[in-house]
Amino acid sequence: MSENAMPYDKPLPSLTGLHGEFYAWCRDRELRFQRCTGCGRYRHVPRDICAHCSSMEWEWARSSGRGTVFTWTEVVRALHPAFAAATPYAPVVVEMEEGVRLLSRVVDCAAGELAIGMPVEVDFLEVGDAVTLPVFRRSVL
Amino acid sequence: MFKDKACIVGVGETPFCRKPGSGLSEMGIQLKASLSALEDAGLKAAQIDGILPFPNVGKAEAFAASLGCENLRFAATLHMGGAAPVGSLRMAAMAVTSGAADYVMVPGGWNGYSGARVRETAANDVNSIPGGEIARDFYLPFGLTAPPQWYALMARRHMHEYGTTEEQLGAVALAMRKHAQLNPAAVMHGKPLTMADYLASPMISSPYRLLDCCVETDGAAAFIVTTVERARDLRRKPVYVMGAAAGQPYPADEITNRADFHRTGLTNAAPEAFRMAGVTPADADFAQIYDCFTFEVIQQLEEAGFCKRGEGGAFVEHGGIELGGRLPVNTHGGLLSQAHVLGISHVVEAVRQLRGEAGARQVADAEIGVVTGWGDFGDGSIAVLRR
Ligand SMILES: [Zn+2]
Repeated sequence: MSENAMPYDKPLPSLTGLHGEFYAWCRDRELRFQRCTGCGRYRHVPRDICAHCSSMEWEWARSSGRGTVFTWTEVVRALHPAFAAATPYAPVVVEMEEGVRLLSRVVDCAAGELAIGMPVEVDFLEVGDAVTLPVFRRSVL
Repeated sequence: MFKDKACIVGVGETPFCRKPGSGLSEMGIQLKASLSALEDAGLKAAQIDGILPFPNVGKAEAFAASLGCENLRFAATLHMGGAAPVGSLRMAAMAVTSGAADYVMVPGGWNGYSGARVRETAANDVNSIPGGEIARDFYLPFGLTAPPQWYALMARRHMHEYGTTEEQLGAVALAMRKHAQLNPAAVMHGKPLTMADYLASPMISSPYRLLDCCVETDGAAAFIVTTVERARDLRRKPVYVMGAAAGQPYPADEITNRADFHRTGLTNAAPEAFRMAGVTPADADFAQIYDCFTFEVIQQLEEAGFCKRGEGGAFVEHGGIELGGRLPVNTHGGLLSQAHVLGISHVVEAVRQLRGEAGARQVADAEIGVVTGWGDFGDGSIAVLRR
Protein backbone atom coordinates (compact mmCIF):
# COMPACT_ATOMS: atom_id res chain seq x y z
CA MET A 1 0.00 0.00 0.00
CA SER A 2 1.21 3.51 -0.70
CA GLU A 3 2.12 5.57 2.37
CA ASN A 4 -0.68 8.10 1.88
CA ALA A 5 -3.41 5.47 1.45
CA MET A 6 -6.34 5.65 3.83
CA PRO A 7 -6.30 2.86 6.40
CA TYR A 8 -8.53 0.00 5.27
CA ASP A 9 -11.52 0.01 7.60
CA LYS A 10 -13.83 -2.66 6.18
CA PRO A 11 -14.38 -6.14 7.65
CA LEU A 12 -11.52 -8.55 6.97
CA PRO A 13 -11.74 -12.33 6.84
CA SER A 14 -10.16 -14.33 9.62
CA LEU A 15 -6.99 -16.07 8.52
CA THR A 16 -7.50 -19.21 10.58
CA GLY A 17 -8.27 -22.78 9.62
CA LEU A 18 -9.34 -23.76 6.11
CA HIS A 19 -10.68 -20.24 5.49
CA GLY A 20 -7.20 -18.92 6.22
CA GLU A 21 -5.64 -21.41 3.82
CA PHE A 22 -7.97 -20.17 1.05
CA TYR A 23 -6.87 -16.59 1.68
CA ALA A 24 -3.21 -17.60 1.92
CA TRP A 25 -3.43 -18.76 -1.71
CA CYS A 26 -5.11 -15.47 -2.64
CA ARG A 27 -2.19 -13.61 -1.09
CA ASP A 28 -0.01 -15.52 -3.56
CA ARG A 29 -2.44 -14.34 -6.28
CA GLU A 30 -3.80 -17.81 -6.86
CA LEU A 31 -7.46 -18.77 -6.69
CA ARG A 32 -7.67 -22.34 -5.43
CA PHE A 33 -10.64 -24.39 -4.32
CA GLN A 34 -10.74 -27.65 -2.45
CA ARG A 35 -11.02 -30.63 -4.81
CA CYS A 36 -12.10 -33.97 -3.37
CA THR A 37 -9.55 -36.62 -4.29
CA GLY A 38 -12.23 -39.26 -3.79
CA CYS A 39 -14.74 -38.12 -6.40
CA GLY A 40 -12.92 -35.21 -8.05
CA ARG A 41 -15.55 -32.57 -7.25
CA TYR A 42 -14.56 -29.01 -6.38
CA ARG A 43 -16.09 -27.34 -3.37
CA HIS A 44 -16.43 -23.88 -1.86
CA VAL A 45 -16.75 -22.67 0.87
CA PRO A 46 -14.02 -24.79 2.50
CA ARG A 47 -15.28 -27.77 4.49
CA ASP A 48 -13.68 -30.76 6.20
CA ILE A 49 -15.48 -33.43 4.20
CA CYS A 50 -16.95 -34.04 0.74
CA ALA A 51 -20.73 -33.89 0.97
CA HIS A 52 -21.02 -36.03 -2.17
CA CYS A 53 -18.79 -39.03 -1.36
CA SER A 54 -17.89 -38.43 2.32
CA SER A 55 -14.18 -38.52 1.57
CA MET A 56 -12.04 -36.45 3.92
CA GLU A 57 -9.18 -36.45 1.42
CA TRP A 58 -8.76 -33.35 -0.71
CA GLU A 59 -6.26 -30.97 -2.28
CA TRP A 60 -6.09 -27.26 -3.04
CA ALA A 61 -6.59 -27.28 -6.83
CA ARG A 62 -5.91 -24.20 -8.91
CA SER A 63 -8.95 -22.59 -10.56
CA SER A 64 -8.90 -21.44 -14.16
CA GLY A 65 -10.03 -18.11 -12.72
CA ARG A 66 -12.78 -17.92 -15.32
CA GLY A 67 -16.46 -17.71 -14.52
CA THR A 68 -19.73 -15.99 -15.28
CA VAL A 69 -21.98 -13.68 -13.31
CA PHE A 70 -24.73 -15.77 -11.65
CA THR A 71 -26.58 -13.00 -9.80
CA TRP A 72 -25.83 -9.69 -8.11
CA THR A 73 -27.31 -6.81 -6.10
CA GLU A 74 -26.40 -3.14 -6.17
CA VAL A 75 -26.15 -1.85 -2.61
CA VAL A 76 -27.31 1.77 -2.69
CA ARG A 77 -27.85 2.25 1.04
CA ALA A 78 -25.14 0.63 3.13
CA LEU A 79 -26.40 -1.49 6.01
CA HIS A 80 -23.00 -1.74 7.69
CA PRO A 81 -21.18 1.41 8.83
CA ALA A 82 -17.88 0.38 7.22
CA PHE A 83 -19.46 0.47 3.77
CA ALA A 84 -21.27 3.81 4.15
CA ALA A 85 -18.71 5.66 2.03
CA ALA A 86 -18.43 2.85 -0.52
CA THR A 87 -21.95 3.03 -1.97
CA PRO A 88 -23.06 2.25 -4.55
CA TYR A 89 -21.31 -1.08 -4.91
CA ALA A 90 -22.43 -4.46 -6.17
CA PRO A 91 -21.79 -7.81 -4.48
CA VAL A 92 -21.79 -10.44 -7.24
CA VAL A 93 -22.11 -14.23 -7.19
CA VAL A 94 -19.68 -15.69 -9.73
CA GLU A 95 -20.14 -19.20 -11.08
CA MET A 96 -16.70 -20.66 -11.84
CA GLU A 97 -15.78 -23.09 -14.62
CA GLU A 98 -15.09 -25.64 -11.87
CA GLY A 99 -18.77 -25.50 -10.88
CA VAL A 100 -18.40 -23.70 -7.55
CA ARG A 101 -19.80 -20.23 -6.88
CA LEU A 102 -18.32 -17.48 -4.76
CA LEU A 103 -19.44 -14.09 -3.56
CA SER A 104 -17.16 -11.31 -4.80
CA ARG A 105 -17.17 -8.02 -6.74
CA VAL A 106 -16.56 -7.11 -10.39
CA VAL A 107 -14.20 -4.19 -9.94
CA ASP A 108 -14.13 -2.75 -13.48
CA CYS A 109 -17.84 -2.69 -14.15
CA ALA A 110 -20.64 -0.43 -12.92
CA ALA A 111 -23.70 -2.22 -11.56
CA GLY A 112 -25.77 -0.97 -14.48
CA GLU A 113 -23.52 -2.91 -16.86
CA LEU A 114 -23.66 -6.20 -14.97
CA ALA A 115 -25.61 -8.97 -16.64
CA ILE A 116 -26.26 -12.56 -15.66
CA GLY A 117 -24.05 -14.76 -17.80
CA MET A 118 -21.38 -12.09 -18.29
CA PRO A 119 -17.90 -13.71 -18.48
CA VAL A 120 -15.43 -12.57 -15.82
CA GLU A 121 -11.97 -13.54 -14.67
CA VAL A 122 -10.29 -13.38 -11.32
CA ASP A 123 -8.00 -10.62 -10.13
CA PHE A 124 -6.63 -9.89 -6.69
CA LEU A 125 -7.06 -6.87 -4.46
CA GLU A 126 -4.64 -6.28 -1.61
CA VAL A 127 -6.56 -4.77 1.29
CA GLY A 128 -3.83 -4.91 3.88
CA ASP A 129 -0.47 -6.44 4.57
CA ALA A 130 -2.01 -9.78 5.37
CA VAL A 131 -5.16 -9.99 3.28
CA THR A 132 -5.78 -10.18 -0.46
CA LEU A 133 -9.35 -10.56 -1.70
CA PRO A 134 -10.27 -12.42 -4.90
CA VAL A 135 -12.19 -10.01 -7.14
CA PHE A 136 -13.17 -10.13 -10.81
CA ARG A 137 -12.78 -8.21 -14.05
CA ARG A 138 -14.71 -8.49 -17.26
CA SER A 139 -13.16 -11.13 -19.50
CA VAL A 140 -11.49 -9.79 -22.60
CA LEU A 141 -12.27 -12.49 -25.14
CA MET B 1 -48.63 -37.34 14.75
CA PHE B 2 -50.44 -34.35 16.22
CA LYS B 3 -53.04 -33.78 13.50
CA ASP B 4 -56.14 -32.20 15.05
CA LYS B 5 -54.91 -33.16 18.53
CA ALA B 6 -53.19 -29.86 19.39
CA CYS B 7 -54.68 -26.40 19.21
CA ILE B 8 -54.06 -22.72 19.89
CA VAL B 9 -56.19 -21.51 22.79
CA GLY B 10 -54.93 -18.02 23.44
CA VAL B 11 -53.29 -15.17 21.57
CA GLY B 12 -52.03 -11.77 22.65
CA GLU B 13 -50.31 -8.74 21.17
CA THR B 14 -48.89 -5.47 22.39
CA PRO B 15 -49.48 -2.24 20.46
CA PHE B 16 -47.03 -1.83 17.56
CA CYS B 17 -45.01 1.35 17.52
CA ARG B 18 -42.14 3.10 15.82
CA LYS B 19 -41.86 6.47 17.53
CA PRO B 20 -41.78 6.65 20.48
CA GLY B 21 -40.50 3.18 21.30
CA SER B 22 -42.18 0.65 23.54
CA GLY B 23 -40.41 1.91 26.66
CA LEU B 24 -40.02 -1.72 27.73
CA SER B 25 -37.10 -4.13 27.53
CA GLU B 26 -37.29 -6.87 24.93
CA MET B 27 -38.08 -9.27 27.77
CA GLY B 28 -40.66 -6.86 29.15
CA ILE B 29 -42.54 -6.38 25.92
CA GLN B 30 -42.77 -10.15 25.39
CA LEU B 31 -43.98 -10.64 28.97
CA LYS B 32 -46.70 -8.07 28.30
CA ALA B 33 -47.85 -9.97 25.21
CA SER B 34 -47.77 -13.24 27.16
CA LEU B 35 -50.04 -11.81 29.88
CA SER B 36 -52.46 -10.83 27.14
CA ALA B 37 -52.42 -14.40 25.73
CA LEU B 38 -53.01 -15.85 29.21
CA GLU B 39 -55.99 -13.53 29.68
CA ASP B 40 -57.36 -14.51 26.26
CA ALA B 41 -57.09 -18.23 27.10
CA GLY B 42 -58.33 -17.93 30.67
CA LEU B 43 -55.15 -19.50 32.03
CA LYS B 44 -52.77 -18.52 34.83
CA ALA B 45 -49.01 -18.29 34.37
CA ALA B 46 -48.49 -21.08 36.92
CA GLN B 47 -50.33 -23.45 34.57
CA ILE B 48 -47.80 -22.87 31.76
CA ASP B 49 -45.34 -25.76 31.97
CA GLY B 50 -43.71 -25.39 28.55
CA ILE B 51 -42.08 -22.36 26.98
CA LEU B 52 -40.38 -21.74 23.60
CA PRO B 53 -39.00 -18.20 23.64
CA PHE B 54 -37.07 -16.37 20.93
CA PRO B 55 -33.30 -16.12 21.58
CA ASN B 56 -33.35 -12.38 22.33
CA VAL B 57 -34.82 -12.85 25.81
CA GLY B 58 -31.84 -14.88 26.85
CA LYS B 59 -32.47 -18.23 28.43
CA ALA B 60 -35.98 -19.66 28.59
CA GLU B 61 -35.49 -20.03 32.34
CA ALA B 62 -35.28 -16.28 32.78
CA PHE B 63 -38.51 -15.77 30.91
CA ALA B 64 -40.28 -18.50 32.89
CA ALA B 65 -39.02 -17.07 36.17
CA SER B 66 -40.29 -13.59 35.28
CA LEU B 67 -43.68 -14.81 34.14
CA GLY B 68 -44.20 -17.09 37.13
CA CYS B 69 -44.18 -20.52 35.49
CA GLU B 70 -43.56 -22.51 38.67
CA ASN B 71 -43.81 -25.95 37.12
CA LEU B 72 -41.73 -25.67 33.96
CA ARG B 73 -41.17 -29.08 32.36
CA PHE B 74 -40.28 -28.24 28.79
CA ALA B 75 -38.20 -25.37 27.38
CA ALA B 76 -36.25 -24.83 24.18
CA THR B 77 -35.31 -22.09 21.73
CA LEU B 78 -35.35 -22.63 17.97
CA HIS B 79 -32.57 -20.86 16.11
CA MET B 80 -34.40 -20.31 12.82
CA GLY B 81 -34.75 -16.52 12.77
CA GLY B 82 -38.19 -15.53 11.51
CA ALA B 83 -39.08 -19.18 10.95
CA ALA B 84 -38.96 -19.75 14.72
CA PRO B 85 -42.53 -18.79 15.72
CA VAL B 86 -44.22 -21.24 13.31
CA GLY B 87 -41.48 -23.80 13.97
CA SER B 88 -42.20 -23.33 17.68
CA LEU B 89 -45.92 -23.83 17.05
CA ARG B 90 -45.07 -27.21 15.55
CA MET B 91 -42.74 -28.01 18.44
CA ALA B 92 -45.43 -27.00 20.95
CA ALA B 93 -47.92 -29.31 19.21
CA MET B 94 -45.41 -32.15 19.47
CA ALA B 95 -44.82 -31.36 23.13
CA VAL B 96 -48.45 -31.28 24.26
CA THR B 97 -49.49 -34.36 22.29
CA SER B 98 -46.51 -36.36 23.57
CA GLY B 99 -47.21 -35.39 27.16
CA ALA B 100 -43.98 -33.43 27.53
CA ALA B 101 -46.04 -30.40 28.58
CA ASP B 102 -49.69 -29.46 29.09
CA TYR B 103 -49.71 -25.77 28.14
CA VAL B 104 -46.91 -24.28 26.03
CA MET B 105 -46.34 -20.52 25.74
CA VAL B 106 -44.68 -19.18 22.57
CA PRO B 107 -43.72 -15.50 22.92
CA GLY B 108 -41.87 -13.36 20.38
CA GLY B 109 -41.03 -9.74 19.78
CA TRP B 110 -38.42 -7.04 20.10
CA ASN B 111 -37.69 -3.34 20.02
CA GLY B 112 -37.06 -3.48 16.29
CA TYR B 113 -37.38 0.29 15.90
CA SER B 114 -36.10 1.88 19.10
CA GLY B 115 -33.50 -0.83 19.79
CA ALA B 116 -30.59 -1.93 17.62
CA ARG B 117 -31.67 -1.42 14.01
CA VAL B 118 -30.30 -3.29 11.09
CA ARG B 119 -28.80 -0.29 9.33
CA GLU B 120 -26.88 0.70 12.44
CA THR B 121 -25.71 -2.77 13.27
CA ALA B 122 -22.18 -3.82 12.51
CA ALA B 123 -22.95 -7.41 11.56
CA ASN B 124 -19.58 -8.52 12.85
CA ASP B 125 -20.77 -10.76 15.64
CA VAL B 126 -20.14 -14.20 14.20
CA ASN B 127 -22.50 -15.81 16.67
CA SER B 128 -25.45 -13.63 15.75
CA ILE B 129 -25.38 -13.81 11.94
CA PRO B 130 -26.61 -16.72 9.85
CA GLY B 131 -23.68 -18.56 8.34
CA GLY B 132 -21.46 -17.44 11.21
CA GLU B 133 -17.83 -17.75 10.19
CA ILE B 134 -18.77 -18.29 6.53
CA ALA B 135 -20.49 -14.92 6.41
CA ARG B 136 -17.62 -13.27 8.27
CA ASP B 137 -14.93 -14.66 5.98
CA PHE B 138 -16.65 -14.81 2.57
CA TYR B 139 -19.56 -12.31 2.57
CA LEU B 140 -18.75 -9.37 4.87
CA PRO B 141 -15.38 -8.51 3.25
CA PHE B 142 -17.24 -7.99 -0.05
CA GLY B 143 -19.96 -5.85 1.49
CA LEU B 144 -22.74 -8.43 1.66
CA THR B 145 -23.76 -7.67 5.21
CA ALA B 146 -27.54 -7.70 5.72
CA PRO B 147 -30.77 -9.56 4.91
CA PRO B 148 -32.10 -7.37 2.05
CA GLN B 149 -28.78 -7.93 0.27
CA TRP B 150 -28.81 -11.72 0.75
CA TYR B 151 -32.36 -12.06 -0.52
CA ALA B 152 -31.92 -9.52 -3.33
CA LEU B 153 -29.48 -12.04 -4.85
CA MET B 154 -32.34 -14.55 -4.95
CA ALA B 155 -34.86 -12.05 -6.30
CA ARG B 156 -32.52 -10.95 -9.10
CA ARG B 157 -31.89 -14.53 -10.22
CA HIS B 158 -35.64 -15.29 -10.14
CA MET B 159 -36.35 -12.24 -12.30
CA HIS B 160 -33.74 -13.52 -14.76
CA GLU B 161 -34.99 -17.10 -14.88
CA TYR B 162 -38.75 -16.51 -14.80
CA GLY B 163 -39.31 -12.95 -15.93
CA THR B 164 -40.59 -11.80 -12.54
CA THR B 165 -40.97 -8.01 -12.71
CA GLU B 166 -40.49 -5.00 -10.44
CA GLU B 167 -44.20 -4.31 -10.73
CA GLN B 168 -44.94 -7.81 -9.45
CA LEU B 169 -42.75 -7.14 -6.42
CA GLY B 170 -44.69 -3.90 -6.08
CA ALA B 171 -48.00 -5.77 -6.21
CA VAL B 172 -46.99 -7.56 -3.00
CA ALA B 173 -46.16 -4.26 -1.28
CA LEU B 174 -49.47 -2.75 -2.42
CA ALA B 175 -51.55 -5.72 -1.23
CA MET B 176 -49.99 -5.63 2.23
CA ARG B 177 -50.48 -1.87 2.47
CA LYS B 178 -54.10 -2.18 1.30
CA HIS B 179 -54.83 -4.72 4.04
CA ALA B 180 -53.18 -2.47 6.62
CA GLN B 181 -55.84 0.16 5.81
CA LEU B 182 -58.38 -2.28 7.32
CA ASN B 183 -56.31 -2.87 10.47
CA PRO B 184 -56.22 0.02 12.95
CA ALA B 185 -53.34 -1.71 14.79
CA ALA B 186 -51.07 -1.59 11.72
CA VAL B 187 -48.28 0.99 11.73
CA MET B 188 -49.13 1.84 8.11
CA HIS B 189 -52.86 2.28 8.81
CA GLY B 190 -53.99 5.53 7.22
CA LYS B 191 -51.08 5.53 4.76
CA PRO B 192 -52.26 4.03 1.46
CA LEU B 193 -49.81 3.29 -1.33
CA THR B 194 -49.84 3.47 -5.13
CA MET B 195 -47.63 1.71 -7.68
CA ALA B 196 -46.15 5.11 -8.56
CA ASP B 197 -45.21 5.60 -4.88
CA TYR B 198 -43.66 2.15 -4.86
CA LEU B 199 -41.59 2.68 -8.01
CA ALA B 200 -40.44 6.10 -6.77
CA SER B 201 -39.18 4.78 -3.43
CA PRO B 202 -35.39 4.81 -3.06
CA MET B 203 -33.34 1.74 -3.93
CA ILE B 204 -31.84 -0.06 -0.92
CA SER B 205 -30.20 -3.10 -2.53
CA SER B 206 -31.45 -3.69 -6.05
CA PRO B 207 -33.97 -4.94 -6.97
CA TYR B 208 -35.17 -4.11 -3.45
CA ARG B 209 -36.45 -0.60 -2.88
CA LEU B 210 -37.39 0.88 0.47
CA LEU B 211 -40.99 -0.27 -0.03
CA ASP B 212 -39.92 -3.87 -0.69
CA CYS B 213 -38.66 -3.98 2.90
CA CYS B 214 -40.60 -4.72 6.09
CA VAL B 215 -41.20 -1.98 8.64
CA GLU B 216 -38.92 -2.01 11.67
CA THR B 217 -41.22 -1.97 14.69
CA ASP B 218 -41.33 -2.30 18.46
CA GLY B 219 -43.85 -4.94 19.48
CA ALA B 220 -44.52 -8.45 20.67
CA ALA B 221 -47.07 -11.23 20.48
CA ALA B 222 -47.61 -14.61 22.10
CA PHE B 223 -49.76 -17.69 21.71
CA ILE B 224 -50.57 -20.72 23.87
CA VAL B 225 -50.83 -24.32 22.66
CA THR B 226 -52.50 -27.24 24.43
CA THR B 227 -54.30 -30.47 23.60
CA VAL B 228 -57.82 -30.57 22.22
CA GLU B 229 -59.01 -32.34 25.41
CA ARG B 230 -57.68 -29.60 27.69
CA ALA B 231 -59.06 -26.92 25.41
CA ARG B 232 -62.61 -28.02 26.17
CA ASP B 233 -62.35 -26.46 29.63
CA LEU B 234 -61.03 -23.14 28.37
CA ARG B 235 -62.64 -19.85 27.46
CA ARG B 236 -62.07 -19.73 23.70
CA LYS B 237 -62.96 -21.93 20.75
CA PRO B 238 -59.73 -23.71 19.83
CA VAL B 239 -57.92 -23.29 16.51
CA TYR B 240 -56.76 -26.75 15.48
CA VAL B 241 -53.30 -27.59 14.17
CA MET B 242 -54.00 -29.83 11.16
CA GLY B 243 -50.37 -30.12 10.11
CA ALA B 244 -47.04 -28.40 10.64
CA ALA B 245 -43.46 -28.86 9.52
CA ALA B 246 -40.13 -27.09 9.28
CA GLY B 247 -37.15 -27.49 6.98
CA GLN B 248 -33.84 -26.11 5.82
CA PRO B 249 -32.42 -25.21 2.41
CA TYR B 250 -29.28 -27.04 1.28
CA PRO B 251 -26.76 -25.92 2.26
CA ALA B 252 -28.49 -23.98 5.04
CA ASP B 253 -25.35 -22.13 6.15
CA GLU B 254 -24.31 -20.81 2.72
CA ILE B 255 -26.37 -19.08 0.04
CA THR B 256 -24.28 -19.04 -3.09
CA ASN B 257 -23.63 -22.76 -3.72
CA ARG B 258 -27.20 -24.02 -3.74
CA ALA B 259 -27.60 -26.35 -6.72
CA ASP B 260 -31.26 -25.28 -6.87
CA PHE B 261 -30.96 -21.60 -6.04
CA HIS B 262 -34.65 -21.13 -5.18
CA ARG B 263 -35.13 -24.20 -3.02
CA THR B 264 -35.78 -23.16 0.60
CA GLY B 265 -36.66 -24.82 3.87
CA LEU B 266 -40.31 -24.49 2.88
CA THR B 267 -39.75 -26.65 -0.21
CA ASN B 268 -39.29 -29.64 2.10
CA ALA B 269 -41.66 -28.56 4.85
CA ALA B 270 -44.79 -27.66 2.87
CA PRO B 271 -45.55 -31.08 1.37
CA GLU B 272 -45.06 -32.64 4.81
CA ALA B 273 -47.44 -30.18 6.47
CA PHE B 274 -50.14 -30.55 3.81
CA ARG B 275 -49.81 -34.37 3.84
CA MET B 276 -50.28 -34.41 7.60
CA ALA B 277 -53.22 -32.04 7.31
CA GLY B 278 -54.85 -34.11 4.55
CA VAL B 279 -55.56 -31.00 2.46
CA THR B 280 -53.92 -29.20 -0.45
CA PRO B 281 -52.86 -25.57 -0.82
CA ALA B 282 -56.03 -25.01 -2.88
CA ASP B 283 -58.10 -25.75 0.24
CA ALA B 284 -56.72 -22.74 2.11
CA ASP B 285 -59.06 -19.77 2.56
CA PHE B 286 -56.15 -17.45 3.33
CA ALA B 287 -52.39 -17.54 3.95
CA GLN B 288 -50.20 -15.52 6.27
CA ILE B 289 -46.83 -15.57 4.49
CA TYR B 290 -43.64 -14.31 6.20
CA ASP B 291 -42.99 -11.12 4.24
CA CYS B 292 -39.62 -9.77 5.32
CA PHE B 293 -39.31 -8.54 1.71
CA THR B 294 -41.71 -8.61 -1.22
CA PHE B 295 -40.00 -11.32 -3.27
CA GLU B 296 -39.99 -13.74 -0.34
CA VAL B 297 -43.79 -13.80 -0.57
CA ILE B 298 -43.61 -14.78 -4.26
CA GLN B 299 -40.94 -17.37 -3.52
CA GLN B 300 -42.85 -18.95 -0.63
CA LEU B 301 -46.13 -19.06 -2.57
CA GLU B 302 -44.23 -21.10 -5.16
CA GLU B 303 -42.32 -23.33 -2.77
CA ALA B 304 -45.40 -23.98 -0.59
CA GLY B 305 -47.27 -25.15 -3.68
CA PHE B 306 -49.85 -22.38 -4.07
CA CYS B 307 -48.56 -22.04 -7.64
CA LYS B 308 -45.79 -23.54 -9.75
CA ARG B 309 -42.17 -22.36 -9.65
CA GLY B 310 -41.95 -19.25 -11.80
CA GLU B 311 -45.65 -18.44 -11.60
CA GLY B 312 -45.53 -16.51 -8.33
CA GLY B 313 -45.22 -13.14 -10.04
CA ALA B 314 -48.41 -13.69 -12.03
CA PHE B 315 -50.11 -15.09 -8.89
CA VAL B 316 -49.68 -11.87 -6.92
CA GLU B 317 -50.70 -9.50 -9.75
CA HIS B 318 -54.13 -7.96 -10.32
CA GLY B 319 -55.26 -8.36 -6.72
CA GLY B 320 -54.49 -12.09 -6.63
CA ILE B 321 -53.33 -11.97 -2.99
CA GLU B 322 -55.67 -9.21 -1.85
CA LEU B 323 -58.88 -9.71 0.11
CA GLY B 324 -61.41 -10.87 -2.46
CA GLY B 325 -58.66 -12.35 -4.64
CA ARG B 326 -57.82 -16.00 -5.21
CA LEU B 327 -55.81 -16.23 -1.96
CA PRO B 328 -55.88 -13.37 0.55
CA VAL B 329 -52.35 -13.07 1.94
CA ASN B 330 -51.36 -11.25 5.13
CA THR B 331 -54.77 -9.87 5.96
CA HIS B 332 -53.24 -7.92 8.88
CA GLY B 333 -50.78 -6.09 6.63
CA GLY B 334 -47.84 -8.38 7.36
CA LEU B 335 -44.30 -7.41 8.18
CA LEU B 336 -44.42 -4.98 5.28
CA SER B 337 -47.30 -2.86 6.61
CA GLN B 338 -48.61 -4.05 9.99
CA ALA B 339 -45.43 -4.55 12.04
CA HIS B 340 -42.26 -6.61 12.08
CA VAL B 341 -42.41 -8.68 15.23
CA LEU B 342 -40.42 -11.63 13.90
CA GLY B 343 -43.35 -13.41 12.26
CA ILE B 344 -45.36 -14.24 15.35
CA SER B 345 -48.12 -11.79 14.42
CA HIS B 346 -48.83 -13.99 11.38
CA VAL B 347 -49.89 -16.78 13.75
CA VAL B 348 -52.04 -14.38 15.77
CA GLU B 349 -53.77 -13.10 12.63
CA ALA B 350 -54.49 -16.65 11.41
CA VAL B 351 -56.12 -17.44 14.76
CA ARG B 352 -58.22 -14.27 14.60
CA GLN B 353 -59.36 -15.08 11.06
CA LEU B 354 -60.34 -18.63 12.04
CA ARG B 355 -62.21 -17.34 15.10
CA GLY B 356 -64.06 -14.85 12.88
CA GLU B 357 -62.61 -11.90 14.86
CA ALA B 358 -60.80 -10.05 12.06
CA GLY B 359 -63.35 -7.26 11.71
CA ALA B 360 -63.23 -5.28 8.46
CA ARG B 361 -60.55 -7.57 7.06
CA GLN B 362 -62.34 -10.84 7.86
CA VAL B 363 -62.19 -13.49 5.12
CA ALA B 364 -65.81 -14.63 4.81
CA ASP B 365 -66.40 -18.07 6.36
CA ALA B 366 -62.68 -18.76 6.77
CA GLU B 367 -62.25 -22.41 7.66
CA ILE B 368 -58.65 -23.34 6.79
CA GLY B 369 -55.60 -21.07 6.89
CA VAL B 370 -51.87 -21.46 6.28
CA VAL B 371 -49.05 -19.66 8.12
CA THR B 372 -45.39 -19.68 7.11
CA GLY B 373 -42.13 -18.55 8.66
CA TRP B 374 -38.86 -17.66 6.92
CA GLY B 375 -35.56 -17.00 8.60
CA ASP B 376 -31.80 -16.82 8.31
CA PHE B 377 -30.68 -17.90 4.82
CA GLY B 378 -34.11 -19.39 3.93
CA ASP B 379 -35.03 -21.66 6.83
CA GLY B 380 -38.74 -22.46 6.50
CA SER B 381 -41.70 -23.40 8.65
CA ILE B 382 -45.39 -23.86 7.91
CA ALA B 383 -48.60 -24.69 9.75
CA VAL B 384 -52.03 -25.58 8.38
CA LEU B 385 -54.73 -24.46 10.81
CA ARG B 386 -58.53 -24.85 10.92
CA ARG B 387 -61.35 -23.50 13.00
ZN1 LIG C 1 -15.99 -36.48 -3.02
